[in-house]
Amino acid sequence: MGLDRKDLLGIQDLSIDEIEEILTTAEHMEEILTRPIKKAPTLRGITVANLFFEPSTRTLNSFTLAEKRLSADSINLSAASSSVLKGETLLDTAKNIQAMEVDVMVVRHSMPGSPHFLAKRLKASVINAGDGCHEHPTQALLDIMTIKKNFPSFKDLKIAIIGDIKHSRVSRSLILGLKKMGAKITLCAPPTLLPLWLEPFGVEFEYSLEKTLPGKDILYILRIQKERQEESFLPSLREYIKNYSLTYEKLRKFASKEVLIMHPGPINRGIEIESRIADSEYSLVLNQVTSGVAVRMSILYLLTQRKLYGSKD
Amino acid sequence: MNIQFKDKRILLDKMEMQRTIERLSSEIIKDNPDIEVLCIMGIRKRGDILAKRLANILKKTTSWEIEVGVLDITLYRDDLTIYGPKPIIGSTYFPSSIDGKEVLLVDDVIYTGRTIRSALDEIMDYGRPLRIKLAVLVNRGGRELPILPDYTGISVELGEKEEIQVLLKETDKEDMVKVVEVKNGIR
Repeated sequence: MGLDRKDLLGIQDLSIDEIEEILTTAEHMEEILTRPIKKAPTLRGITVANLFFEPSTRTLNSFTLAEKRLSADSINLSAASSSVLKGETLLDTAKNIQAMEVDVMVVRHSMPGSPHFLAKRLKASVINAGDGCHEHPTQALLDIMTIKKNFPSFKDLKIAIIGDIKHSRVSRSLILGLKKMGAKITLCAPPTLLPLWLEPFGVEFEYSLEKTLPGKDILYILRIQKERQEESFLPSLREYIKNYSLTYEKLRKFASKEVLIMHPGPINRGIEIESRIADSEYSLVLNQVTSGVAVRMSILYLLTQRKLYGSKD
Repeated sequence: MNIQFKDKRILLDKMEMQRTIERLSSEIIKDNPDIEVLCIMGIRKRGDILAKRLANILKKTTSWEIEVGVLDITLYRDDLTIYGPKPIIGSTYFPSSIDGKEVLLVDDVIYTGRTIRSALDEIMDYGRPLRIKLAVLVNRGGRELPILPDYTGISVELGEKEEIQVLLKETDKEDMVKVVEVKNGIR
């Protein structure tokens, strides 16, 4: 029962009960965000270090705000301005930060598994804020929270994930999470961006956007990572837009009228999604961002409470 | 380990509890002749149920505009570091802005006073009420902070290892306040 762990590293090792506890706590946290004074004293005296070795605006700011809303002290460390440039190893950097009596480290790193590596070697709690192409658990949790607010149940919910699935840690965590909750998932992308090794996850594959759209409750659009186009996964961006860009016209023609659109951001308007849809009533994009702060408050609270009480065993 | 309790004596039965709540409401009415709007905030759990019952009586017997809200003070506790198990958070709900309003804080039992301290902090984070008063069903000794209720249902001194249990029919199927003895574990 309940979340009783030091670290939050991935959706893979979370039970349904743990996911539910994070979401329920997050719903209560969301109430704090609606107050005139958006702050509770809960994490007074807890220090959080945000170690971001990859660029981020949304996730970093969301974590920073979550920390501030709960009155934790936080420091931000980015690769560009740290001794990583002087040749310090990841572990040395983390151990030095820990030596300053930091309780929680939020880690984003381009190397898959680096938060796991740190978690094993540190006393501090480690939260994975994205490790390479592996997992991005807090994003998946905020997505699941956003879906939960709009649908009574995950059972038989039909969700299509469309776009650069190969490079997306968001999709990996989301698939794991949604499968646990009981949703039906269809992945849609050009063959080069749709790795077949995802088949054991129990998802359907579809190469045609037109065939993917009908009957879905949610369309989850992923960002085309333009920086990776030089690796020639796509013949050209124009061809991708022609075949896979979600336009208003395609949406009205093929998708259900009640369909909702999600996107983890940042949006490339006019590439994976037409500007008009991103701003339409179909879009949950900004709801996702709001849920993000609440989910991160919830995780910070649950991990640090365990710390305060000590583990049950 | 589950803590076990042994019933020792009944302080209020169903009828007595009803009469006590009615007496509390008439004291509140007598004490506040000029009120127009009253915001009643009950502290989860059970204080919120008592707040609703008080509100129902006050709605019937006064012309006051009554608003009812719920406070969950988990995030404001000062003992998060001391006691286990990990408390489960509930939602706080304010019916509307409380700026400049009369607020009546309601809880089932006042003991150390720390819950009320947390509740006051939470209310202050939400706005600036004109005045906050406190009503409790049971006032037991053992205060650790200088906090006194304005309206008290019943006062009781307890022996060592004794605890108060408030049962309400909304959550516990019956209305009763009793003293129990803690058989094992720490209270």
